[in-house]
Amino acid sequence: MPASISMIIGRHRGDVNTGIGARIRRKEDRRLLNGQAKFVGDLRFPRQWEAAFVRSPVAHGRIVGITKPELLAHRVFTSDDLSDVLPIRAESSLPTYKVSDQNPLAKDKVRFVGECIAICIAPTRAEAEDVAESVGVDIEPLPPLVDARAAMETGAALVHESWGDNLFLTTEFDGDIEAARATAAIVVKRKYDTARQCMVPMEGKGTLAMWDERADQLVVYTSTQVPHLIRTGIAQCLQMDQGRIRVIAPEVGGGFGYKCVLQPEEITVSWVAKATGRPIRWTEDRREHLVAGANTRQHHYTITAYADARGRILGLDAEIIVDVGAYSVWPFTACLEAAQAGGNLPGPYALDAYRCKTYSVATNKPSFTPYRGVARPGVCFAMELTVDAIARAAGREPSTVRKENLVAADRMPYTNVTGKFYDSGDYRQGVVEAEKAIDLHGFRLRQKAAAAEGRFLGIGFSSFTEQSAHGTKVFSAWGLPLVPGYEQAMVKITPSGSVEVRSGNHSFGQGLETTLAQVASEWLTVDTDRITVTMGDTGVTPYSTGAYASRGMVMAGGAVSKAAEVLAKRVRTHAAHLLQCRPEDVRLDGGRAVHRGGSVSFAEIARAWYLRPDQLPDDVDTAGLEVTEGYRPDIDTGVFTYATHAAVVEVDVQTGLVNVEDYAIFEDCGTRVNPMVLEGQAYGGAAQGIGTALFEEVLYDCNGQPMTSTLADYVLPGPIELPRFQLRHKETLSPYTRHGIKGIGEGAAIAPGGAIVNAINDALRPLGAELTEIPATPEKVLAAVMAAERTQGVKE
Amino acid sequence: MKPVDFDHTVPETLDAAIGALEAGGEVRLLGGGQSLGPMLNLRLARPARLVDVGGLDDLRSATATDEHVEIGAGVTHADIEDGAVPDPIPGMLPYVASGIAYRAVRNRGTLGGSLCHADPAADWISVMTALDARVVTAASDGGREIDMFTFMPGAYRTALAPGELVRAVRVPRFSEGAVWGYHKTCRKVGEFAIAIGVFVADPAKAYCRVVFGAAAGAPLVSPTLASLIAETGQVPDLAAIERGLDTLDPTLSEVKARQLAVALRRAVAGAIE
Ligand SMILES: Cc1cc2nc3c(=O)[nH]c(=O)nc-3n(C[C@H](O)[C@H](O)[C@H](O)COP(=O)(O)OP(=O)(O)OC[C@H]3O[C@@H](n4cnc5c(N)ncnc54)[C@H](O)[C@@H]3O)c2cc1C
Repeated sequence: MPASISMIIGRHRGDVNTGIGARIRRKEDRRLLNGQAKFVGDLRFPRQWEAAFVRSPVAHGRIVGITKPELLAHRVFTSDDLSDVLPIRAESSLPTYKVSDQNPLAKDKVRFVGECIAICIAPTRAEAEDVAESVGVDIEPLPPLVDARAAMETGAALVHESWGDNLFLTTEFDGDIEAARATAAIVVKRKYDTARQCMVPMEGKGTLAMWDERADQLVVYTSTQVPHLIRTGIAQCLQMDQGRIRVIAPEVGGGFGYKCVLQPEEITVSWVAKATGRPIRWTEDRREHLVAGANTRQHHYTITAYADARGRILGLDAEIIVDVGAYSVWPFTACLEAAQAGGNLPGPYALDAYRCKTYSVATNKPSFTPYRGVARPGVCFAMELTVDAIARAAGREPSTVRKENLVAADRMPYTNVTGKFYDSGDYRQGVVEAEKAIDLHGFRLRQKAAAAEGRFLGIGFSSFTEQSAHGTKVFSAWGLPLVPGYEQAMVKITPSGSVEVRSGNHSFGQGLETTLAQVASEWLTVDTDRITVTMGDTGVTPYSTGAYASRGMVMAGGAVSKAAEVLAKRVRTHAAHLLQCRPEDVRLDGGRAVHRGGSVSFAEIARAWYLRPDQLPDDVDTAGLEVTEGYRPDIDTGVFTYATHAAVVEVDVQTGLVNVEDYAIFEDCGTRVNPMVLEGQAYGGAAQGIGTALFEEVLYDCNGQPMTSTLADYVLPGPIELPRFQLRHKETLSPYTRHGIKGIGEGAAIAPGGAIVNAINDALRPLGAELTEIPATPEKVLAAVMAAERTQGVKE
Repeated sequence: MKPVDFDHTVPETLDAAIGALEAGGEVRLLGGGQSLGPMLNLRLARPARLVDVGGLDDLRSATATDEHVEIGAGVTHADIEDGAVPDPIPGMLPYVASGIAYRAVRNRGTLGGSLCHADPAADWISVMTALDARVVTAASDGGREIDMFTFMPGAYRTALAPGELVRAVRVPRFSEGAVWGYHKTCRKVGEFAIAIGVFVADPAKAYCRVVFGAAAGAPLVSPTLASLIAETGQVPDLAAIERGLDTLDPTLSEVKARQLAVALRRAVAGAIE
């Protein structure tokens, strides 16, 4: 044995406990919390200029002319200048789907307020805005389509003339509900509406592009969740080889789906950087976000539910209208939302008869973009209110009726009425846990006592399943032009024995940088402090379609796990040479390779391979200490997390204000890689869900002008408006994924609308008032109360 | 969202400030910047020059006589919240100040700036109307006193003439037996109000005033409801308040009228129950 190898007693793994399940602090937080992170807005390169966009002031109109300011014409670019750029075009394999072409800078027509018309550049943003103001845009207004239902009527103006109507796609799930209809003792009919929202990440979009002469590449720093996809998208629009483009997502301050699609600004800024030879940067400001980024959540439901006298749901007949806005985003298409809505409406319930029509309607609003929970916050709201309405009609406790309708644990795995394969879990127990956490029984007593004092307290539950890490089959069934397949990751031992992980996925607040390190630590037994995770740079990371659809932990985690497992085996083989034993007799422990009493450190193993190969035999495995592996779960239909939320509210029936007093979340996402990260995801998601439930709403006037273009008008919940969340977990491991992990990133944003409005309706029940739309603003609550007053003639 | 190019002058005296105002061009006064800042960024305000009176000592003092308390226009909401100015009606001004925005905004936002911005949902315009305060202005010809009704003719409008600035606000002193109630309904702690109700009564001076704030324009004042409350000594029911409100502004939506009525009812209840 070489003298350099120390003989120490191998440490137990317990000493390095940063593997899967460890509750460790996040690696990224030191720089994030100390203001040391570098976002697109922090980057500065020599000769860099800033960009500002001229945006459409009207919702719908024909561009008659654009006049550049005479002296500054060379600083302004329009679609005429970008004549070699192809429009953003998301094809879909779904039959009858209508394709929209979005020119990165509008050509001929503008289709929503905020659509980019021209890009202007100057040394500073303020000057670029000055230039933008001096551009003359002559637009002949066309009738605006502000309401999706109106846009469906015959004779409505057309967003895309060549289509003949305003429908991207109509789908029909034509189940037989006649038997349900014939036998139902309870029939509940409702219309539900969910408001248009903005996603409001802390950091808006931002892009900085420049030409790198040495690499002969266009380098695009952009605030994105999906750098590899953006490279593909930019290459398509600019008609470039993907090898000539490098996309780097630096620190990204929140994504939520907002940054998972190709942005017109990314293409335009790239083009200008290429054309001028200057680094060009654009950073979205809050007003641009609230106007041009008002792109999500808006659904309209018409639902008829059939149930027996006890509230057992026999059948569901639904119509869902999605207000898609003007164009289809790339690559997720204009119909991902409707496809998910139609497929997920039955949720965790075991109902057998289901019919659903969906309409994806073009309107003069920004293009619909999938937001945390994708469609499910809407369907969960609609379904959960329906369940409670059925329970009220049956005269029974809603949470009991809910439990009876959920898929029972002994039926797992279960294929539901829309063909979703629920892999594992005990959904009913989830409700039981939430009931306990929120103390349903105690609450009902408290509610009675409060009622006697003229106070209105209510309790509401909301259950859902969250399909995570949907695989190839699922995405191709949704008709997407790009479909995720195997996720890849690279894991390597550095010459000093530390570990590097590279993933083409990205971490933008959700803690993936830490949790991927934990997965590597699990196999390699190296402390996460000595594991560096690099993500989000197409130049240095393996291909990944990116971070969306709660796939990061399952997919990138699985890929890192697989690569780390292979690497661990190689480490043992190399160590066996040094320890003069058989590889199968070596185990890894506390960052060392151990054989009986002897051990070598990773540093020593790495040193042998990189610096002193003379210590290794000639037949050493030349693949070395660097492994790239691809992974996908054993099934590719997605793995299902499930959860139940419960809320207690007090409604001030005079002002319409709702106070969320208590909030409990039960969730089961399989293995918790880092419980603390998971809790963070739950808090953040639930906070966003409370925004959806009570606060956030993009309002338009009849001309399609957004009236909520500042944060004074678009109201977000703050810390004081949020309750203290109680969390309860269960770990039902997925049988189909590495380590039994299921995705959970989106989950908590899904249920608050249902739980809170069910609670409001429970509170308002004595008044005979019922709310069927979100957000439940004071005005809407009060309007419902006053409508009930009028019909009942009750007034305090 | 960057402002247009502008000059920034910081006068050292009130006279210099008035001089700068009169120098011509599109000039705007800058107080704490908490309303003007966003207006600048949105380019809704496009001044050639800002005259920054935020730190002007002449505007930051508060004095008291037997008749009134005079609070400088540059006194911040935080100063008032902290009780750093004499109290014309026990506890009311600090209470109101503490409910404006959050502390960071209160540290910079000023009483004068708030009145001059004349946002219908702002707190001080309603409160100063309820207290029958008068705005004291300064201009090269000396200045004047303006009652609140004249001062704010409508949303975001004031009676200030070009070259005129607000120097102070003169609030009458109320008797020991005066009562007040203030209710601000808002969706989030410290946000602008959805509805404001203010009630002030000083029996010794036979003074009683009822004000609704955060309606469409300037605060609504209801002498009818004031005398009803003064006569009965009771909190009127919602229907009575809604009727009173309807005569003041019949264009209010039912929901808005209810919100205002509830705010007022709670303000009155807070004062006399
Ligand atoms: C997040 C946020 C929340 C807020 N919430 C509330 C709230 O709940 N209630 C509320 O009442 N307000 C609220 N405000 C507004 C705040 O109170 C501002 O401080 C106030 O409206 C303006 O005061 P300022 O000193 O900042 O004035 P500035 O913004 O500097 O100026 C406002 C206007 O007054 C003019 N002006 C300033 N000083 C003078 C003067 N001496 N003479 C003549 N004209 C002058 C300016 O030219 C400008 O037109 C909020 C503000 C923010 C940013």
